[in-house]
Amino acid sequence: MDEFRPLTAAEIEDWLDEELDAALSLRRTSRQAAISLSSLARDQQDFVRHWIAIVAKTNPELAFHFANHAADGLKRMAKDDAEAWIIQTMDVYDKMGLYPAIAALAAVEAFAAGRAERARAVALEEVGPVLELFLQALSGRPLRLERGARPFTDTTRLFLPASIAERPTREENLRLYKAMAAHLWAQTWFGTFPGSDPERLMNHCRSSRDPDYACELFHALETIRLDACLARELPGLYRELRALHNRPPPARAWQSWSARLEAADATVETTYEAAAALYGEPVPERRPYQGILDGGAVAVALAERMAQERAALQAALKKLLAGKASPPEGDDRRRFSAGKERSDRNEPTLLFDGERLTAPADVRALMQSIRQDLGEIPDEYLVPAGDGDYAPESPKKVEDVWKGTYHEDGAFLYNEWDYKRQHYRKEWCVLREVDVHPAEEPFVAETLRKYAGLSTRLRKTFEALRGENAVQRRQKHGDEVDFDALIQGFSDLRSGRELPDGLFLRHRRLARNIAVMFMVDMSGSTKGWINDAERESLVLLCEALEILGDRYAIYGFSGITRKRCEIYRVKRFDEPYNREVRARITGIKPQDYTRMGVAIRHLCGMLKGVEARTKLLVTLSDGKPDDYDGYRGEYGIEDTRQALLEAKRDGIHAFCITIDTDARDYLPHMYGAANYAQIDDVRKLPLKISDIYRHLTS
Amino acid sequence: MKPGAMRTEALLITKEPYYEPQGEEIALFEGAYRNKIPVLLKGPTGCGKTRFMEHMAWRLKRPLVTVSCHDDLTASDLVGRYLITAGDTVWIDGPLAHAVRLGGICYLDEIVEARKDTTVVIHPLADDRRVLPIEKTGEVLSAPGEFALAISYNPGYQSVLKDLKQSTRQRFIALEFDYPSADLERRIVDHESGVGDEIAAKLVRFAAMTRNLKGSGLEEGASTRLLVHAAKLMVSGIGARTACQGAIAQALTDDPEMLAAINELSASLF
Repeated sequence: MDEFRPLTAAEIEDWLDEELDAALSLRRTSRQAAISLSSLARDQQDFVRHWIAIVAKTNPELAFHFANHAADGLKRMAKDDAEAWIIQTMDVYDKMGLYPAIAALAAVEAFAAGRAERARAVALEEVGPVLELFLQALSGRPLRLERGARPFTDTTRLFLPASIAERPTREENLRLYKAMAAHLWAQTWFGTFPGSDPERLMNHCRSSRDPDYACELFHALETIRLDACLARELPGLYRELRALHNRPPPARAWQSWSARLEAADATVETTYEAAAALYGEPVPERRPYQGILDGGAVAVALAERMAQERAALQAALKKLLAGKASPPEGDDRRRFSAGKERSDRNEPTLLFDGERLTAPADVRALMQSIRQDLGEIPDEYLVPAGDGDYAPESPKKVEDVWKGTYHEDGAFLYNEWDYKRQHYRKEWCVLREVDVHPAEEPFVAETLRKYAGLSTRLRKTFEALRGENAVQRRQKHGDEVDFDALIQGFSDLRSGRELPDGLFLRHRRLARNIAVMFMVDMSGSTKGWINDAERESLVLLCEALEILGDRYAIYGFSGITRKRCEIYRVKRFDEPYNREVRARITGIKPQDYTRMGVAIRHLCGMLKGVEARTKLLVTLSDGKPDDYDGYRGEYGIEDTRQALLEAKRDGIHAFCITIDTDARDYLPHMYGAANYAQIDDVRKLPLKISDIYRHLTS
Repeated sequence: MKPGAMRTEALLITKEPYYEPQGEEIALFEGAYRNKIPVLLKGPTGCGKTRFMEHMAWRLKRPLVTVSCHDDLTASDLVGRYLITAGDTVWIDGPLAHAVRLGGICYLDEIVEARKDTTVVIHPLADDRRVLPIEKTGEVLSAPGEFALAISYNPGYQSVLKDLKQSTRQRFIALEFDYPSADLERRIVDHESGVGDEIAAKLVRFAAMTRNLKGSGLEEGASTRLLVHAAKLMVSGIGARTACQGAIAQALTDDPEMLAAINELSASLF
């Protein structure tokens, strides 16, 4: 029985030689791997071969290392866990590259131990979303939660370990996560890092004989103060902190300082005083949730943020000023001021010429954040930016990403489905939203002239579609008496039968409640005819949709490689169909490739936020998903299909209109058998598209 | 008495409804009433709009007719309709026509929920004509001086569908309501439930936390009404966390992550 017999080393070696060809050489053979694998049972061997083949498609070198470690891995773990090990390795490869991935493979022992730990471990990935909401609700500046080797905060971001397993139960590990997050939040909220002197902690430590010790000492003292703050503000949380840590009574020398730090009026000044007084004393045991302090990182983040926020506030004030009457001649008083009440509970108030002003939400958030750093809004922050000043919103601009160093700020990250792995590649695609450059050409007017006949016909059919009035007869309740029913009812009554209860007319207006998102292929292959047809179709559609009153948005998509996916705004949901939108439709130009999955995910996210009974995603496309870095063939199709399945789960109907004559081969698989339309002749697209839309929505 | 007609006495509020003013709204409403201008109340759900109306009806000693609008509310539901009795049809006033005849206060709660064509019937009542034409009977009801119209809506929905038309909103004097300030809200929660100052303060703090989550998964933060519910549960002996979970967290959302976060918050506070 060949199927059950374990393969011999020689057989495996042959197979490996073929599979791993690219990674092998004269001096580097697959012999060692083959020998180790020959000791496995046949089903394990098949499992390993299956994964070697998959990994080899990603990277042969990685597959070679996997082949060498696989036997060890399978001896330590069951297949489920081994699969998780491989997937994790590939994630590492995706994120950090080959060498870290090889290191992750080699760390199989640690991984196996980790799997055993997993029953009690809690991963940041699972608790992250809850912790993020928790932190946001605690108020203060939004803190971005990130994975880091050690828990600390730089006052903008909050780093927590990827997983916690040091406690014996899951429940306790969960508590520890929450405690860490809350404690780090407390550092930003109860003034550990005052904005008036961003470098204070750093300098304090550096000026000491032993900087590390100084930092430890300060941290221990500050933790005493913060815990007391938490005990006052969040007593329930404080009980949890105590439960995590059996605290020995403070050493003699610490006792009086401890009491002072715990008093309600203690500030970070008290901590600095205590640190000076207790210098040289042994530092007590660390509390498990206190994390670490990184004065350097705080100094950088704080300084950068404060400069940015000051400029942003001044720019916002300038904008607010634009709507106001100018002051009387010679009056150069400052016009803006901030309410002086100091209370963390209330939002800061903005005064204009002494009158209270309702500032937009983003300005209020800015003021809140500034006050959190500085305790108040300094007067110099409240001077509107001058005409010549430029306000750097962020030193890194979205558009500049490819000009200088690469960054992912301001971009959206999306997972991508890898059908071979049957798993998502995490945060694989980097997507940015950009505006279509509007073009001032008479394209729209020409299109309307060209299709004048069609557009009148469309107008009529769409008008008929608009909120049809229907009269429902024989209703129990209604606006008017249904005399037909009444007369019949009376004759029933006379002849001894009962009067029927449906005697009224009801007017019903069937209100349309549709939101539709048009996703337009802007890949390079649409150049020429197709692009023209797409733009013409959009013009006719917009005209028709304006009649119907359906809410709609138009976005183009294209990109090149996963690091550069782009979504082009043409019309947002809340934007009227105006001159600018028309100019943007005119400005739609072919770009690069067709990475569909990530575009669908992004646009569906937007569509999800719209309140409508029916939500529709209509794709205009000219071919298969296709991108430069392997996003083609089955891979692209499967990812697109997965993205569409996700959309369906969110109650979004997807429909595709294509001009690809081969569409029948793959579209039914992606969109479902009835959810696409194929148009043979590009020139008919503008004619057909409104018809298709009408059918779809009525 | 005709079928369906409401007794005037039943609509009169005799006991003073508890109300803590947030600002000048009482004076504004009285001013509008004297000048026969209708009033629009804006504000999130559960911040005291309906209670304010009850209070004002009590102050002005007028009967209050409240209509909760829904998306199937027709003009006839407001104005009236013919009903059939044995061998005859009888005209029955709707709540709006009834309030006009009585010279009472008609309060249309959550007006944007009603169908757009329905809101138009209040237009002639809401300007200086102050009449209500009843198309089906050919009658034109002229509102007496004591009649007042008030509508409410929640601008927080931010839905294109649920927006008030300019032609409607520009007929009204608008009063903006928001959640009361922390101090005031604490007093309200304490007064309505008798839970005591300290717990009321914690509940108010809790509400502020949930309001921080508005827009990141919550449509609205916890309203004063929910706080009162939670406080009442606590007074009747239910543990603080359980009360918050039932009265606030579960009432706000079904999303498991959001629920977990809100429960963590209440666990941190109490």
